[in-house]
Amino acid sequence: MSLSQRQALEVLAQHRGDNVVVTTMSAVGIWPELSDQPLDFAYMPSAMSHAPGLGLGLALAQSKHGVVVVNGDGGMLMNLGSLATLAAHPANVYLVILDNGIYEVTGGQKTAGAGRVDFAALARAAGITRVYTCDTRAAWENAAPGALRGAGPVVIWLKVEARMGQKTPKPPRPMREQIERLRQALTS
Amino acid sequence: MFDGPSVVAALKHCGATHVVWLPDSELGTWEAALTGPAGLPLIRVCREGEAIAVAAGLMLGGQKPVVVIQCTGFFEAGDALRNVVHDLKLPLFLIVGVRNWYAMHDGKSSDSCPVFTEPILQAWRIPYVLLDQRHQVDDLARAYRQAQAEHHATAVLIAE
Repeated sequence: MSLSQRQALEVLAQHRGDNVVVTTMSAVGIWPELSDQPLDFAYMPSAMSHAPGLGLGLALAQSKHGVVVVNGDGGMLMNLGSLATLAAHPANVYLVILDNGIYEVTGGQKTAGAGRVDFAALARAAGITRVYTCDTRAAWENAAPGALRGAGPVVIWLKVEARMGQKTPKPPRPMREQIERLRQALTS
Repeated sequence: MFDGPSVVAALKHCGATHVVWLPDSELGTWEAALTGPAGLPLIRVCREGEAIAVAAGLMLGGQKPVVVIQCTGFFEAGDALRNVVHDLKLPLFLIVGVRNWYAMHDGKSSDSCPVFTEPILQAWRIPYVLLDQRHQVDDLARAYRQAQAEHHATAVLIAE
């Protein structure tokens, strides 16, 4: 039993509700095949590791929609302080960490924390109480309905299969268009 | 140096909605005013690049945040700054404390921070103004209003 990135995102697409979904890096390439709506925001080009902060700002800016942030383990390792920031500012942010242990789009090099870093423990130690860990599709399908609703912050650590030979994906539309769509959706 | 109550009152009067910050010892004196009854929602972060990302999210959601950091952290925040200002094209408003600016101009400091702050802002193509003891808080408010009216990023450097 294992969990592919696509499977992880398929389950997310089924249970995201009316949350905004912010995708980064490899998830940007898969997500448009599963969902393409104004509340989807492909954060690319991005500032490396800063999707959790952007998601927190979006969640604090308005109370109508929660914000799911799909981040990689590499991005998390660059900015572990973001867990403390999320814990300090209660908002409906659902941080999904796709942990494949590698930098997928640069050729599959291992991260410094591959196979060792416990993101669930880090989240709890930072003060986040709602933490989920899944490494199979069945476990994620079971957890998702509860994990993706209710008061945030929530950290969902998904251990996914590594893929080799991946290129940096392209966002489904230009950033300006994405921002206009998102803003219209948030105010409608 | 501007006092906290004056700065907070000016920012609120201009329409600022949040302050996202990782302050230095001088900007940090504004904390009581920010968290007091006449304050602004204050978002504390762990790194300056993170402050810029949080501000970006707030702006995407229709808010008008101000980022308050020191120049050392401004250097760290380069990638976030580049992305938010030039990729997302959001009108980021920064207040940056410039450590040892007066000492440098008096020839009494070898600190490299005040040396590189303005050249780096120029490299990132971010308009800025530097406010020192000759300026009033109205100058800060003027810079904010101009940035909002022209819908572009702006940094206000506070000489320290």
